[in-house]
Amino acid sequence: MKALIAFEDGKVFEGHSFTGPGEAVGEVVFNTAMTGYQEVLTDPSYKGQIVTMTYPLIGNYGVNSEDIESSTIHLEAFVIREYEAEYSNWRAEESLREYLVRHGVLGIHQVDTRAITRHIRLKGAMKAVISTDVSDPATLVEKARLAPGLEGRDLVKEVTTKNPYTWKDDRPLDVVVSKRMADVGPPPKGTIRVACIDCGLKYNQLRIFTKKGVEPIVFPCTVTPDEILAVSPHGCFVSNGPGDPAALPYIVDTVKSLLGKLPIFGICLGHQILGQALGASTYKLKFGHHGANQPVKDLSTGKIEITSQNHGFAVDQSALGEDVRVTHINLNDNTVEGIEAPDISAFSVQYHPENAPGPHDSEYLFDRFLKKIRSFWE
Amino acid sequence: MPKRQDLESILIIGSGPIVIGQACEFDYSGTQACKALKEEGYKVILVNSNPATIMTDPEIADRTYVEPITPEAVAKVIEKERPSAILPTLGGQTGLNTAIQLADQGVLARFGVQMIGASPDVIHKAEDRERFREAMRRIGLRVPDSVIVNSLGEARDAVERLGFPVIVRPSFTLGGTGGGIAYNLQELEEICAQGLELSLIHEVMLEESVIGWKEFELEVMRDAKDNCVIICSIENLDPMGVHTGDSITVAPAQTLTDREYQKMRDAAIAIMREIGVDTGGSNVQFAINPRNGDMVVIEMNPRVSRSSALASKATGFPIAKIAAKLAVGYTLDEIPNDITKETMASFEPTIDYCVVKVPRWTFEKFPETEDLLTTAMKSVGETMAIGRTFKEALQKGLRSLEIGRFGLCFDKKAPDIGVHTDLDREEVIKRLRTPNSKRIFYIPIAMSLGFSIDEIYRHTHIDPWFLYQIKQIMDMGQEAMAKGSECLREERLYELKRHGFSDVQIAHFAGSTTDEVRKRRQGLSIRPVYKLVDTCAAEFEAYTPYYYSTYEVEDEARHTSGKKVMILGGGPNRIGQGIEFDYCCCHASFALREEGIESIMVNSNPETVSTDYDTSDKLYFEPLTFEDVMHIVEKEEPDGVILQFGGQTPLNLSGELARAGVPILGTPPESIDRAEDRKSFQKMLQKLGLKQPANDTAFTLEEALTICDEIGYPVVVRPSYVLGGRAMRIVYDRDDLKDFMQEAVEVSHGHPVLIDKFLEDAIEVDVDAISDGTLTVIGGIMEHIEEAGIHSGDSACVLPPRTLTEDMIQEIMAATKSMSKELGVVGLMNVQYAIKDNELFVLEVNPRASRTVPFVSKATGVPLAKLATKVMLGKGLDELGFTKEVFPRHVSVKESVFPFRRFPGVDPVLGPEMKSTGEVMGIDESFGIAFYKSQLAAGMVLPTEGKALFSIRPKDKEAILPVAAKLSELGFTILATEGTANYFNSHGLKARTVFKVSEGRPNIVDLMMNGEIDLVFNTPSGRKKTRSDAYFLRRTALEFEIPYFTTVAGAKAACEAISALKKGEMLVRPLQDYYKMA
Repeated sequence: MKALIAFEDGKVFEGHSFTGPGEAVGEVVFNTAMTGYQEVLTDPSYKGQIVTMTYPLIGNYGVNSEDIESSTIHLEAFVIREYEAEYSNWRAEESLREYLVRHGVLGIHQVDTRAITRHIRLKGAMKAVISTDVSDPATLVEKARLAPGLEGRDLVKEVTTKNPYTWKDDRPLDVVVSKRMADVGPPPKGTIRVACIDCGLKYNQLRIFTKKGVEPIVFPCTVTPDEILAVSPHGCFVSNGPGDPAALPYIVDTVKSLLGKLPIFGICLGHQILGQALGASTYKLKFGHHGANQPVKDLSTGKIEITSQNHGFAVDQSALGEDVRVTHINLNDNTVEGIEAPDISAFSVQYHPENAPGPHDSEYLFDRFLKKIRSFWE
Repeated sequence: MPKRQDLESILIIGSGPIVIGQACEFDYSGTQACKALKEEGYKVILVNSNPATIMTDPEIADRTYVEPITPEAVAKVIEKERPSAILPTLGGQTGLNTAIQLADQGVLARFGVQMIGASPDVIHKAEDRERFREAMRRIGLRVPDSVIVNSLGEARDAVERLGFPVIVRPSFTLGGTGGGIAYNLQELEEICAQGLELSLIHEVMLEESVIGWKEFELEVMRDAKDNCVIICSIENLDPMGVHTGDSITVAPAQTLTDREYQKMRDAAIAIMREIGVDTGGSNVQFAINPRNGDMVVIEMNPRVSRSSALASKATGFPIAKIAAKLAVGYTLDEIPNDITKETMASFEPTIDYCVVKVPRWTFEKFPETEDLLTTAMKSVGETMAIGRTFKEALQKGLRSLEIGRFGLCFDKKAPDIGVHTDLDREEVIKRLRTPNSKRIFYIPIAMSLGFSIDEIYRHTHIDPWFLYQIKQIMDMGQEAMAKGSECLREERLYELKRHGFSDVQIAHFAGSTTDEVRKRRQGLSIRPVYKLVDTCAAEFEAYTPYYYSTYEVEDEARHTSGKKVMILGGGPNRIGQGIEFDYCCCHASFALREEGIESIMVNSNPETVSTDYDTSDKLYFEPLTFEDVMHIVEKEEPDGVILQFGGQTPLNLSGELARAGVPILGTPPESIDRAEDRKSFQKMLQKLGLKQPANDTAFTLEEALTICDEIGYPVVVRPSYVLGGRAMRIVYDRDDLKDFMQEAVEVSHGHPVLIDKFLEDAIEVDVDAISDGTLTVIGGIMEHIEEAGIHSGDSACVLPPRTLTEDMIQEIMAATKSMSKELGVVGLMNVQYAIKDNELFVLEVNPRASRTVPFVSKATGVPLAKLATKVMLGKGLDELGFTKEVFPRHVSVKESVFPFRRFPGVDPVLGPEMKSTGEVMGIDESFGIAFYKSQLAAGMVLPTEGKALFSIRPKDKEAILPVAAKLSELGFTILATEGTANYFNSHGLKARTVFKVSEGRPNIVDLMMNGEIDLVFNTPSGRKKTRSDAYFLRRTALEFEIPYFTTVAGAKAACEAISALKKGEMLVRPLQDYYKMA
């Protein structure tokens, strides 16, 4: 079924839907990871975005029930060069088409995705509309122009959890938390409890926490500092998530009031939130970083890690306080990739040490967080 | 970290001659490394015996030793040059082994040479099977269960635990030589015996079979700060059981989820750290159980490899160049990525296309051996294709192979769908089950016969994902076939092109001609666009114009307006067409750069220097078919096209390209035809007063018999329109002719069979010349060591000639010049002559670059190919300052290198059909030492004492006598078979008689196996008999590495070499010094 992809600047691409009819609106970003389409689909940070994969052959290994980063698909539409209907992998359970259709997400293929990527690289991230129904490009372009952009938009509320939960047997387990911590009980002796503010977190963050013996308790993004402190956590984790970090003053405030009270670790949007809590502002990048091959340098060790990234905004370091230092930079464009306020045991990274998809080079940051927690409580 | 200041000079060892398993990829990596180190201000010292390499060009390294790659010769270089360091990881297995031997022998320590990149211990750890297994166990990785054995007895015991089938892998060999899969006890003993013999340390490993598992490779790089990156993942279409060099491979990996891929990535990096490769690139191979994902590590190469060359071309990330910079202390974040300029080398390339590599085999050259693929590599070359889909890339890859195919079936070439109506299921199953060079074509054929994907999977273990892809091509082809000319409708046609179908295939569907398909497409504007290989999937701007074609919306080819010239490369390496032509193409490109003209390279061979994005201003990685080349011509509109440098591949296109109005530079294609057409060639020679051997053509046996009676036996009989001496035979009598004529007539397909008088015992001479249209200068005159009748590509030769009189040399020069003038040559020309009884005969003229151009250039210091390019651009030779012949004072000997050991059952005898894969050069002031060096470089160590065995046909006995006498005088004991011994004894030379194989025991072969013979001379009798006494003698000599000579001239040369060696020492000297003396 023929589909049109119309950008707000008037550029129109053609493709074919492999998931049936539909229409989608969003900001178009490209992801350069060659593996991990299922993780990308289920990453809540893509809320509001149409994702195109630069690797042309997608669907090869099907879809399984393990490689998910949240319970559903969040992106608005998936644009690829060639959908592979026949898959092969010992873990595969269904085809990508079935998966997308089951979640009501539009999949478009037979598209010159490299041309889209170049268009975004040259012109910057842009809104677009995809439609299988409307065949008049001008109408679609107009629609794209009128669509809401990401800037100023709080999308976190759309993806955050409704109820607190913890992680057990590779899946979420609801827990009851109230103002009185008695409901969840104190952390078992010897176990580190981490309160996670879910701005759109990825399950692999919880998988890694649990692998390292941590008990995570995940809260909705609207959680208050008191609610967090009520469960007597040893540390607070602020997750990644979609949309504009500047549109989230309420989370910034929550984090700000926890500074010094708990060690804090932020990833991606969580990094931008911590940055704001520490006085910095954020800005939108031309087309962001979305892929699994971004080189980041740890300024303290000089070592390079190949990182998984997915962000369109970045922290502007100029307003950071003197007690905050930049710990990591991106070697491609020298943007800030990590900050730390050592005195208050708070740090964050712009990239995804939980990977999924992507290299495992940065998992050490979880250990660094646990180390900070231990010395904080000593 | 900045580069090291404590190093001044660095020694690099190349990989020597092109052999199966070690081809020009090491010229590519070595050239990059030399350039990278020189750029950093280090003095680069190079040893490589292969003159056809770019790396041995005198400008590439500071001191270039074209010397044998043996520890002894390299030790001499070290003693002379005193390098601060040796970088062992860029010259393939040969370079690595030699470096290790130098370390183990204490040479490096004695001269204070540091090994950089990887230490000897690291190399041992990676190469020694037991230590490697131990290391893997330490980091919790599984390797297939295995047992190391040093004898057949141990092998038999081991297999009781491992069971059959069992994989046999000899330690320390290249390309898995001598390895194999044993399914029973008899095979086990055969393969083990061979493996033990070939292993440098007489050791083989028997390994649990993981045949049928999925096979993957990762290319890893590490710097001195322990930063590790993966450059490329590769998935083999052919599962475990087929050597990776013989597998169709795909980049990136297609069937792994991110979890599985990252697990493999973690393992590769852990291996890199555990083995301890300090800096540089390595390659790790994994196997995965398709049923449950179990992963085992197969092996790790702590050096750049064939796969790393492929990975470099597939991603645009120059592994060897970066490895060289890392070895001198830089870290990945300090080295810029050439392609993006603004980003650094510390990242992992991501690609937005699919790359398919297809191996090129030459089983047709060795009919005695079975077309069977195992764990020992048999392919001689490869081609790489890039497409936006696997289907497109696979079809491009197959039509790049130069085997007459135009995609995956549907091209009316055998085997094809619908062509073999008589194929039964059993036959197809056999073709699927036993890996072979044509298996890929039998998959769609099986599908068309109703085999299900599951069935094909059961027989091949090729992952269903690939089979589905092939099925899509098959379905699309069959549908198009059924609909006939409907496939020319716009949408249909575009779809076919998007799936990689060539115009030839589409013409077949439509019942039309390729010309009509082309016109139709032009009318509809269906033409490919060009996209960039940029390491980063378009995330950053790319500055290097490295293109591939595909059918998409956006075209990224940059329009340039200056003067530009396109060079057509040689395609995949194969016997008859190797690195020599790539060398010439690179030089054409260098010359264009010097002239300020934009150079555009078109080639499909990932191993080469020509497909380095650095070599030309623009690179098109494309098949060399008329269709693909024309698309580029139309896009670029070059001012000229050079196709005389890439060997037969581009020449085959000359007619079509000329008809299409493509401006071809240099000698006009009509002249090339004129030299190839027998009638017009004959006329030309008559006009010029030159002679050629008596000849005629015949269609039937009767005609042939009459002709041969007239011109007299022996004769050379060959079918017309075949290349590289295919099915060419020297025929000695009527019976022989009757045997062979039938085959020759068949192969000729209605064309006449060519019959030439064979000039027995004539001296053959090769001449390379260059002409600007008015002035012709001889580049070099090479005298063959072997007499006429041996294919010129297989014959050893010497420059300058050693037995020709001054008058004869003048006559040769005059003849060459007159033919050059008559043909209107502008550029290079090669002539083959035979001299019999002081009479000069012209055998062949080729007005184009020849295989010997690089050898001549290395011997004389004259860059012939570069000069020829400039001449083709319109410059005069006087303008270029090359007006006089160069006759060097030193002697250069070229020797050929053969793949016989790879092909069990093949008779290692030379003849009119070319069999060699590569060449080496020996250079010295005396012929004897130069010849000795050439033999040594080719792997043949001439003895200076011991027992020499002679088995000589009657007509050669007289000629061989002085050789035997001389060897006896030098202290050799002379052994001979009965007839030869009788002759020697009756002529006063004491010789001991030994039995031929058929005469009883102990016979010659027993003696050879027992190490009692050090040197063998055997001249074959004319009649071609397989499994004769002589066959066993030659084959045993080959297997047991006993130097052997099958011609009188070769024997004479060997004798002279031994004699020279006994008198003096072998010295080493760099090319730069030789040129200074000239």
